[in-house]
Formats: sequence, structure tokens, C-alpha cells
Amino acid sequence: MAPFDPVALMGKPMGYLVFVLFGMAFGASLEIAGFGVAHKLVGQFYFKDQTVFKTMFTSVLVAMALLFLTIGLGWLDYDRIFVPPTYLWPGILGGLLLGFGIIIGGYCPGTSLASSASGHLDGVFFVLGVMSGGLLFGSVVDSFWDFYNSSFMGRFTLPEWLGLPTEVVVAIVLVVGLLSVWGSDLIEKAWKRREGILTQEEIKKDKRILSIVSVALLAAAVLILFVGQPTLTDAWNRNTEKQALLQEGKIFPSPEEVSLAFYDPIINPILLDVRSERDYNLYHLENARRVEEKDIPALYDELLQAPEGSVIIVMSNDETKAIEVWKTLVAKNSINAYVLEGGVNKWIDTYANGQFQKIANHPDDALGWVIPDALGDKWSSAIPPQPHNYGPFKYDVIKLQKKAPTGAGGCG
Amino acid sequence: MTAASTTKTPMKKQRARKPFTNSIIAGVILGFVLFGVYFFTGDGLGASGGANRIAIWLAKIVVPGWVNSTPYLIKYGGGAKKPLDSFIVMLDIGVLLGGFLSAWYFGRLKVETIKGPRITPTTRWIIAFIGGTLAGFGARMARGCTSGQGLNGTATLSVGSWAFLLAFFAGGYILAYFVRRLWF
Repeated sequence: MAPFDPVALMGKPMGYLVFVLFGMAFGASLEIAGFGVAHKLVGQFYFKDQTVFKTMFTSVLVAMALLFLTIGLGWLDYDRIFVPPTYLWPGILGGLLLGFGIIIGGYCPGTSLASSASGHLDGVFFVLGVMSGGLLFGSVVDSFWDFYNSSFMGRFTLPEWLGLPTEVVVAIVLVVGLLSVWGSDLIEKAWKRREGILTQEEIKKDKRILSIVSVALLAAAVLILFVGQPTLTDAWNRNTEKQALLQEGKIFPSPEEVSLAFYDPIINPILLDVRSERDYNLYHLENARRVEEKDIPALYDELLQAPEGSVIIVMSNDETKAIEVWKTLVAKNSINAYVLEGGVNKWIDTYANGQFQKIANHPDDALGWVIPDALGDKWSSAIPPQPHNYGPFKYDVIKLQKKAPTGAGGCG
Repeated sequence: MTAASTTKTPMKKQRARKPFTNSIIAGVILGFVLFGVYFFTGDGLGASGGANRIAIWLAKIVVPGWVNSTPYLIKYGGGAKKPLDSFIVMLDIGVLLGGFLSAWYFGRLKVETIKGPRITPTTRWIIAFIGGTLAGFGARMARGCTSGQGLNGTATLSVGSWAFLLAFFAGGYILAYFVRRLWF
């Protein structure tokens, strides 16, 4: 499933070439729009030329429609594409400064490159300014470091902010965005009419283009609403790779293997206990964190951010419930998770045999031992035994996974 | 166009100068490019990040001690770090190439200074440099420029990026009246 990591797939030279090619397409798009000419850009702010608004919004709407359509169809993983993290106030201040920059200097960083490339000397001076401004920022940022890192909200999206389903927000943005593109076209036409440079031919041509694009984007909005956005269950049903792993039983590390991972310096085991509070209080592994099944979606983002080397081990009393939770975690391949073989029952069987009385014929996934006191992880067997010798650490099931790319970002 | 421009060196063999593409069509093309880079790489477009890295690379040649003693710059180019070794620099190289090829193909390649009729080319260069400095500083502050935040972030529904975009347009409109003589 997209996205891919060109550098990891094809090596650095070829991977970087991919980015050069996308850059070329970007540069050419800016040039053909006229963004290499300062007056086309600043005209926006004098209500003369609406190219900036029209081109920029159209591109955002088109890209958004295609992104969320492919995400909805399960071809692209939203979790692994770069969404600029929100630092609200530094972002707003930076935006204002860029607004000042464009009205004074005539460009923004990208368009000044396109301008320079078309031979415009003012563009070259703007680029030199951008470079100096960056260095200046680097040398003074320490004096306002706290502000620079303030109002951090992480990967915070409009659907989360509005509390609406993603596909609904996308549809709303598409409709409102199209209306504002039509609106800005009217403003531009009004100015041209006053200047006497508006031809009937242009009116007709623009109307036709705008209508075609609008119909296409509205159709996309309907399609996006219809397709919806993938739930973790949808992603699981499409994930044949992980389904095969489950079928072959290659997701169940034994208690011994999990114990080993505990002491492995390069593995960071995260133990998720999905049993009832009662069972958890009676007996759980040291450092195991109890989570309700309904809290898994909220936990998902946190697990996604877990450092490289993190291995998630899900456990229930036997395996049934743990497997269900595991399915949602690994559905998108973004999280490296396993299920403790035989669950807590087998753990007790392995490390505390003889200490508790076994319950014969307990129902599936119920606690299979009589635990006399709710000591939680204060039972000596709740702490995995230390290995006899440290390393080399070898595993049959657990595999360290390179962290899935979440995108380094546009201006990193 | 109402702009007056001063021609420095006319190109020897002029290709016929073609008008710019319709703004909506250009937007659709740019939209497909933005979608493509996201779909195939997971990263968005960007411009200021690459320029910043090139600046740090140059600074490292001239004043390595300064780069190595400034925490923010160390992150990109301190010690053995190679500031140019990033996909974002590749994007910028591409933007220059693509912009150049497009301008050449459509007969718009011309060494000139785009400026308003009331100011001299030298004034225009100084003003462009000042505007660029503001933009470069702002792009670092916002962790992205009109591309990195304005395009990537809005298309992927980042709250901060939409706030950024509103502030960007606000900044332009607030100052427009006061600097109108630079342009018209």
C-alpha cells in the first residue's frame, strides 16, 4: 500500500532522482501559472489578479480529493503521509511574515525559485533573502525557543478539531473551496471589466473550465462520501500479508521469547493486557498496561509514535481476544505487534507452575488458575526471569521492524 | 500586464512567447503533482527547506565554526552532517530545472527584473532581498512555507496549516496598501 519510500526501495541516487523529477513538475507548474512573475502574485492583494488564490485553491482541492479518495479505497495509508504538525502560534506568526514577504518582495520561497529559473533577477535576490532569513532565524531562535515550540498539538487534523468524520470534512472543504474559487473568479472578472480588458471569449472559456473542474470535484466529493474512510477492520480485511502470518501462527512469541525481549537492550517491549480489570488485578505481567478494547483507536496514535525498536505484545488469558486486538493494530502494517503465545494462562503455567491451582475446563479466554490474592504484578513470576547470558538475542517470532515512514515533511 | 520591465540581455534566438496557462488548469496540474508526490513518496512538496539547507551548506564552507556553534544549524549541518543530503534539496533542484525548462519551452526565458514603474532595478533588488529575508525567517518560524504548509498541510487537513494559510493571506492584505507604490 502506498506511500512508498523511494530511497529505501531504489537506493539514494535513484530515490533522490524521483524527488528531482517531482520538483521539476512542481517548478514547471509554478512557471506555467505565471508564478515566476511578481506582479501575477502581488496582484492578488490588490484585487487585480486572482491567480494565486485560484491556482492554489484548485490545486489543494484536487490533491485533497485524490488523496482522500485513494485513502478511502485503501490504496494509500493516511497514517504514513506527512501531515505538518500543528504549532499554532508560531505557524500563524510565520504565515504573517510570509504574507509580508510576498507583498514586499513579490514572491514566496517556491515561486522565487521558479522566477530565478526563468531569468528574473528580482527572483534571484528574493532567493538570497530566503537563504539569509533562514540563517538569521537559526542564529536567533534560541532567544525565543519557548515560543517557537509553543502551542504544539501534534498531528492535529480538521476532522479531529471539528469532531466530524473525515469524509464529511473533505466534502465540506470541497464545496466551500469551489464556491470561493468561483467567487475569486468573479472578483477578477469585475476588475478586468473595469479595465476594459475582459473579452467575451475569456468569460466563456473560464466558465467552461471552471464548470468542468467543479463537476469533477463535486463528483469526487460524492464518491468520497460514498466510499468513506477505512476503519481498521477494513484495513485488516485487505491485509493478506498479515492474514497469512496469523494463519501460519507466526505471530505468537512464546513466554520465553517475550522474557528475552524484556532484557534485550535494543527492544522496547510494550505489553498490552486486554483482559478484564478483575483478572488484571489478580495477576498481570510487570509493566503490562491494561487497555479496554474500545480504547484501542485512541491508543493507536500513541503506538504509532512509539520509538524505533518498540515491539508490542498483546495478551489476554488465552489468545482469542488478544488476536482481535492484534488485528486492528497491525491492519495497516504501521505497528509491530505480536500476541503472547497461550496468553497469561500459559505464562503462569511456564513460570508459576505449582503455585496456583489449575481450573480444569475453563471457558475460552477465561483465567485458568485460581489466584488467591489480587497482587497484580507483585507475584514473583510476574517478572520475566533474567536470561542466563545476555545476547546474542535470537528470536523465532519477534522481528524488529524498521519504523514505517511517516514522512519527513515538506520543509524539513 | 501592467508591469514595466528592464531588459538586460535579450536572448539570441527568441522562441515565441506564449501566454500563461489558465489559472484553474494550472491549479489542476499542480494538484496532480502534489497528489503524486504524496502517493508515491509519503512526503509533500517544499521549497524553503531546501533553500535553508543550501544556505547552511554555503555557510559551512565560509564560516564552519559558526555553523558548528549554533544549535539550530547543527541540526542540519553540524560536524559530519551533510546539509545537502536530503530529499528536500532534490525537490529544489527540480524546481529550478522544471522552472527553467518550462520558461524556455514557452518562450518566457529572459534575463530581466520584474518591477513596478516607480522604482529602479536596484531598489527592486533590495526590496526583493528584504522580502525574501522576511519570507525565509517566516518559513523557519512556521516550519514550512507556502508549499510545505500552504499546499501540503491544507490538502492533508492539518489544522495548523489552515491557520497558517489564513495568516499568510492576511499578512499580504494588511500590508498591501502601504507598499502599493512598489508595484503600480
